[in-house]
Amino acid sequence: MAKRWLNRHALRGLVSIVAFVVLWELVVVLKLPYLKFLPLPGQVAASLGQSIASSAYWQDWELSLGRILVGFLAAQALGITLGLAMGISRTARRFVFPIFEVLRPIPPIAWIPLAIIFWPTTSLTIYFLVFTGSFFIVALNVLDGVKSVDQSLVRAAYSLGAKPRDVFWRIMLPATLPYVLTGATVGMGVTWNVLIAAEMVTSAGQSGLGGMTWAAYTNGVLPVIVVGMLSIGVAGYLSSALIRFLGERFMPWRRRI
Amino acid sequence: MSAGGALSIRQVTKVYDPEGVHVVAVDNCSLEVASGEFLVVVGPSGCGKTTLLNVIAGFEELSEGEIRLDEGPLALPGKQVGPGAERIVVFQNGALFPWKTVLENIAYGPVVQRRMAKNEAQRSARELLRQVGLEGIEESYPAELSSGVQRRVEILRALINEPRVVLLDEPFRGLDAVAKSVMHQFLLDMFERTRCTMYFITHDLDEAIFLADRVVVMTTRPARVKLELSIDLPRPRDHRVLGTERFLKLKQAALEAVHEEALKAFQAGERELA
Ligand SMILES: Nc1ncnc2c1ncn2[C@@H]1O[C@H](COP(=O)(O)OP(=O)(O)OP(=O)(O)O)[C@@H](O)[C@H]1O
Ligand SMILES: [Mg+2]
Repeated sequence: MAKRWLNRHALRGLVSIVAFVVLWELVVVLKLPYLKFLPLPGQVAASLGQSIASSAYWQDWELSLGRILVGFLAAQALGITLGLAMGISRTARRFVFPIFEVLRPIPPIAWIPLAIIFWPTTSLTIYFLVFTGSFFIVALNVLDGVKSVDQSLVRAAYSLGAKPRDVFWRIMLPATLPYVLTGATVGMGVTWNVLIAAEMVTSAGQSGLGGMTWAAYTNGVLPVIVVGMLSIGVAGYLSSALIRFLGERFMPWRRRI
Repeated sequence: MSAGGALSIRQVTKVYDPEGVHVVAVDNCSLEVASGEFLVVVGPSGCGKTTLLNVIAGFEELSEGEIRLDEGPLALPGKQVGPGAERIVVFQNGALFPWKTVLENIAYGPVVQRRMAKNEAQRSARELLRQVGLEGIEESYPAELSSGVQRRVEILRALINEPRVVLLDEPFRGLDAVAKSVMHQFLLDMFERTRCTMYFITHDLDEAIFLADRVVVMTTRPARVKLELSIDLPRPRDHRVLGTERFLKLKQAALEAVHEEALKAFQAGERELA
């Protein structure tokens, strides 16, 4: 039963992809205005084949994923800690929140110029931008999570003999976990946006998937631009899937419902 | 299991926000609950029942008076023991930990008090579930259970700690009639078995009289004891008692007191609006 259901959906997905490729081919072949410079699907496929065979392409992947990993993990670590601190201590909230209010509305991409000036290396610049991209989101989600912990659960725990330390580790943290996941999911989306923008701007030769796409543009190699775009899409999708997977892994009580 | 504790509430006053709005929720309220007694508290909405329960539980500080449990002081103004496992609260909306399985929920108390190792606590939790005919749900998460079963698990989570008092704040509110009647039977069963003192708040007079040794009707806010009704219906009770003349007479007496207070509350509300 489940298998047939899957198949029917897979089939529909396949049909829509085929239709899309056919339409794409038609648009190029019919030389529609503005769209006639699009590379043909076949050209893109060939170019993708070449990329996959080249080690430079995989180095771009590695570079981008590494940057996401470092920046994103740093944002999680600091964001969760600060979010918890702000949630638990009013003093911490009063100190930090005003700064948040000022800095948070600044789009992460707007940090690019300053980041380039401040940080000595491209890598550090990009780590920082990726970090900035999700840090505020993570921290604010965790703060929100701590504030919306059901007070009956906290009281129930105390009533059952818990100490403040138990309440923090055994009640606050698990109750906040869904918000951590939301922060991570939204943050991951923003993170890829920021990374690609940063790589395009700071692109100097070998510079990740964003740099590769931008380089293809400056060199006028249209199929490679599309290969770059597709790769970024796949990378973003995989990152989100990984977070979803981790979320289900660490919150089994939400999976079964 | 455990023996019940005697609860002594002496001239307790609770004022919320004394510097600001100054809400007197409980005013000079005295009440003795005997060891092993099933006490049910009824009263108009917002009269201060939950407030008093929270003070007993140690969640709120009292402003005046004193509360003792078996002669040990629980709360005095400015000094209170705080919440503890000898008087466990069962909440109105249910407060099982959603991320813990049924077994982990029940075992939580003994583990967090470091009274038992985890697997020992889980073994007695399993045994408890078996005794009440709830085996098979050990590994379920609360959200997978009906609210009736959730409530029973929550009561077991309290009882495994052998508390001296269980404080129940409208625990069966929102359950349908059938589920409620199952819960009543379950709770009375547990009461017979453990004989721990029950302090039970409800709006439902049938429920109150069916469960109680004594029903206390509170005045409209600020709460004080308006009427105490001794419920001399024989135990063990079942649903047939609901139709007896004695039951109806007790209910009539409680109803009159509650009605009078509700009317006062209503008129006070009108005066405030006028
Ligand atoms: N934290 C608080 N600060 C100020 N006032 C409060 C607070 N908690 C409760 N009150 C007020 O105290 C009064 C008593 O509230 P309480 O919840 O004890 O009533 P209750 O008898 O349990 O009502 P219900 O039957 O609706 O549950 C109410 O008027 C309520 O608005
Ligand atoms: Mg209440």
